[in-house]
Amino acid sequence: MVVQRVGGGAGDHAVVRSARPVAVLGEGTAAMSVPLSLAATATSMGMLPCHACGLLSPHAFEAQPCPRCQTVLHRRKPDSVESTWAYLIAAAILYIPANLLPMMTTQSILGTSYDTILSGIAYFWISGSKALAFLVLIASVVVPLLKMMALTMLLLSVHFRSIRRIRQQTRLYRLLEAIGRWSMLDIYVVAMLAALVRAGKLATIIPGPGALAFAAVVVLTMLASLSFDPRLLWDTLDANDD
Amino acid sequence: MTPNRDVAASAPGADRQHLVACEYCDAVYQRADLATGEQALCRRCGGSLYRESRRAYQQLLPLVATALILFLLSNVFPIVEMELKGIRAKTTLWGAVQALYADHMVLVALLVFATTILFPLAEMMMMLYLLVQMGRRRVPTGFARIVRGIQLTRPWGMIEVYLLGVVVTLVKLSSVADILAGPALWSFSALVVVLATMLSFDPRDLWQYLAKGPPR
Ligand SMILES: [Zn+2]
Repeated sequence: MVVQRVGGGAGDHAVVRSARPVAVLGEGTAAMSVPLSLAATATSMGMLPCHACGLLSPHAFEAQPCPRCQTVLHRRKPDSVESTWAYLIAAAILYIPANLLPMMTTQSILGTSYDTILSGIAYFWISGSKALAFLVLIASVVVPLLKMMALTMLLLSVHFRSIRRIRQQTRLYRLLEAIGRWSMLDIYVVAMLAALVRAGKLATIIPGPGALAFAAVVVLTMLASLSFDPRLLWDTLDANDD
Repeated sequence: MTPNRDVAASAPGADRQHLVACEYCDAVYQRADLATGEQALCRRCGGSLYRESRRAYQQLLPLVATALILFLLSNVFPIVEMELKGIRAKTTLWGAVQALYADHMVLVALLVFATTILFPLAEMMMMLYLLVQMGRRRVPTGFARIVRGIQLTRPWGMIEVYLLGVVVTLVKLSSVADILAGPALWSFSALVVVLATMLSFDPRDLWQYLAKGPPR
């Protein structure tokens, strides 16, 4: 069961709880009844966690190498808000050409056709593969859009020091981390189609500028979520407690 | 830096190794021993703190070796073959990279190459090196940098997404041509399963096994 100790070996000003072991499948919903602000944090203990090896060091080590793994220590990801905004804005701008410009151009005896992401989805829908149309729609349109909107919301929460639904926001961030990569799907489809059609000399499929813009959107949204630091949300909460 | 046999015994910060901070909300906990398959979750935000990984660690070396062999097979054999009006065409993953490159999509070609070949291969090679050295009871040269390297390459290896892309391509072409799944499709599928197990091991846990010292 949960062991609670006050000042348990980590300094007498700290409340350190032992981690609650939970089986992999059972997400700890019971843990959600814990008051949000009771926790001892690395900051309140005067510690810096190393993002590379996990070791905690005294906060005097800020901008110094971690004594165990030599990675430079930072209390929070450096320039987190600024870089996340930068990647996010770049991604949002490129999202427009990524959807409007052709992902590929097909030239055959029947003529030339241009395929955008949406026309690709429409093709699947009309040809009867509704499940596939749905899959591509989610991976190529919904995921990048959701990711950009969610990151904007998280950044605004940090900016306006909002702590509303802070657990849900943190969970949303973890979801973003997990789903972003699936947007690469369409890039791989274009690559495989281009290779096969080229090998068979059946027609020419040329990847279009849309593919480049789309690839950039995927990379930029991934960089944006990697540079966001969810602990900034909790800093607002922890600052309110003092 | 020269590898030091006694580095583990006098490891810096050894007195703080029983603490773990949540990387999502900064809450600090004492490490507790977990049973096999268990995972410690943060009580404040629900994020994962660490997993029990002793058995995973012991199985890691054969797993990485299997992944490397499957990766090799997946790249040698064609992944999709098709036939249309008597013309046969087939391609490998490398063929897809080349096609993009030849169509002047150098950046996209590089991205596909990096996410499906370079980063997955680099991660497997780094794991293999560390595990072999640690198995020989040595502290691997460049240990810290390589663990960090594994962490940094991990989000960018996308073999499972590529596999789904191949499936979508197969369905897309099946309405116009006769499609045959190449042998690499099966090895890729197996690779995705093996990689999923491999990726559930947090490379930071290697520090725990290094700190516990080489078994003598
Ligand atoms: Zn947490």
